[in-house]
Amino acid sequence: MSAGRSPIQSVAGHLVLLVLAATALLPLTLVAVNSLKPHSEVVRNPLALPTSLNFANYRAAWDFGHFGTGFTNSFMLTGTAVVVVLGCASLAGYVLAGKKIPAWPAVMLYFLIAVTVPIQLFLFPLYFAFAMLHLLGNVIAVGVVIAAINMPLSVFLMRTFFLKVPNELEDAALVDGANTYHVLRDVLLPIVSPGLLTVGVIVGLIAWNEFLISSTFLQGEGHFTATLGFLSMNGTFSTNQGVMMAGAMILIAPVVVIFVSVQRYFVEGFVSGAVKG
Amino acid sequence: MSITTELGRTGHQPPIAALYNRHIAPRARGARLKYYILVAPALLLSLSVVLVPAVLTAVAAFTDWNGVAASASWIGLDNFSSIFADGVFWTALANNIRWMVLFLTIPMAIGLGAAMLLLRRPRSRTGYQLIFLIPYVLAAITNALVWLNIMYSPIAGLVGFLRKQGINAPAPLANLQTALYAVAAVDMWHFWGFLTVVYLASLRQTPVDHIEAAHIEGASGMQLFRYVYFPSIRPTLQLMFVMITIFSFLSYDYVKLLTGGGPAHSTEVLSTYAYTFAFSTFQFGKAAAVGLIMSLFGLLPAILYTWLSRRDLQA
Repeated sequence: MSAGRSPIQSVAGHLVLLVLAATALLPLTLVAVNSLKPHSEVVRNPLALPTSLNFANYRAAWDFGHFGTGFTNSFMLTGTAVVVVLGCASLAGYVLAGKKIPAWPAVMLYFLIAVTVPIQLFLFPLYFAFAMLHLLGNVIAVGVVIAAINMPLSVFLMRTFFLKVPNELEDAALVDGANTYHVLRDVLLPIVSPGLLTVGVIVGLIAWNEFLISSTFLQGEGHFTATLGFLSMNGTFSTNQGVMMAGAMILIAPVVVIFVSVQRYFVEGFVSGAVKG
Repeated sequence: MSITTELGRTGHQPPIAALYNRHIAPRARGARLKYYILVAPALLLSLSVVLVPAVLTAVAAFTDWNGVAASASWIGLDNFSSIFADGVFWTALANNIRWMVLFLTIPMAIGLGAAMLLLRRPRSRTGYQLIFLIPYVLAAITNALVWLNIMYSPIAGLVGFLRKQGINAPAPLANLQTALYAVAAVDMWHFWGFLTVVYLASLRQTPVDHIEAAHIEGASGMQLFRYVYFPSIRPTLQLMFVMITIFSFLSYDYVKLLTGGGPAHSTEVLSTYAYTFAFSTFQFGKAAAVGLIMSLFGLLPAILYTWLSRRDLQA
């Protein structure tokens, strides 16, 4: 295809892409570089490489950011959200894909409307309901709320994965005497497992990164997620940027490693909600 | 229609006939109960967490409920009239509109441009795509604090460094004129990679024979985009347009984290404005009213979204 393009155009295109890549990576590179420097060196020149490799900032950030508790809470919150979403959305997706209930268009329409309901329209009563039920600070309950918010989109995605499964497969299993439970568990779920992975990865990412609901419902450092713990460092540690940057790296590194290793499912998840195939 | 009689009706059918009729006759109603049970968890969870509280908010917007008291009185449109009389509300609304204009132009253009460049580079595009998406997969808290401390900080950040070099860079977040754009810049830095990936996926679905035909006809690069790629990705562009419009009226994370709506309300948006009513001044009725207004701004694009997605309903 490059036959029609001049070498100048080609070089210019690559240059633009390189500038964009540099823009995306510059702040994160600065984080990595400065996480190894003492505050005075950061202030003197944030662009300079560290004079020595010193990981003391990481130890301080881990303690003061409450990352031990934070990661435990983040795992519980994210795990709850993913398990609840996958369980509910795969069942609903199966029913809606097969048009197994006459009310399926109404259910679809409800979920379509629910996608567009902003968090701010239900956040405040939900907060007071949580307060009354003594659920404030409960990471599992917040995981369920995040699952509920992401349910409509997850149902739609699972439905499209079930639509790709040939009907004959289910029919054959039913003729062989399998009941619905066995058809789902042994025949359909293995086939839609790439869909489960995609939805799980996306909902997991959303839950892990969530800010509005977790910061409202999870107050007190014992209930902080990893990101909220890092947020609590801000202000106190503005006078020690090296430690702040180490805290940022503790959050950035695992997400980037996971993203790079299963990027296919991330990209598929981002795209499947937005591009109509 | 009671469930037991329906179950009974299924029982009367000879089993073999039932099997043969599976595709012809509508399924016995009793068998459907099972499927209602399967769809129930997703539906009930969404109803109880999203729909019921949303309806409560809509009602509370017309009361003086403070969020704590057991009772509240109906005050009609008082919340709305006092909000409309508040200058901060109009600042916030104007900022949401500025936000929308910024997001509908800058990331849209960069995303589309980058996607077009990547389309012609099948070997390097996976790598670029990966890099462009990294800011998008990081948490708002992480991104905001990184920019706050190492980029925008006039003491330790890049801005501070420029100042030490004698370049008179203003502190982006402390300046009334620049604060909103400085906040939006961080959110756009995090967001544009997503658009690139979505547009690239959409561009790649353009039928190959259309592209080849255009090449044979000797179409220029611009013509190729205008007459082949653009019609093919138009549904995706429309959907992104609608989604960005909706999210522009809901944006919260980066504003709250970077400026909290300040300085002097210069970055206030509707969501931070509502949040302050609910959790700082305990005027829950007013918070609900602002929430309702935000939803109405989202409703118009939402109707458009539903219309665009009608194919899903018919599929």
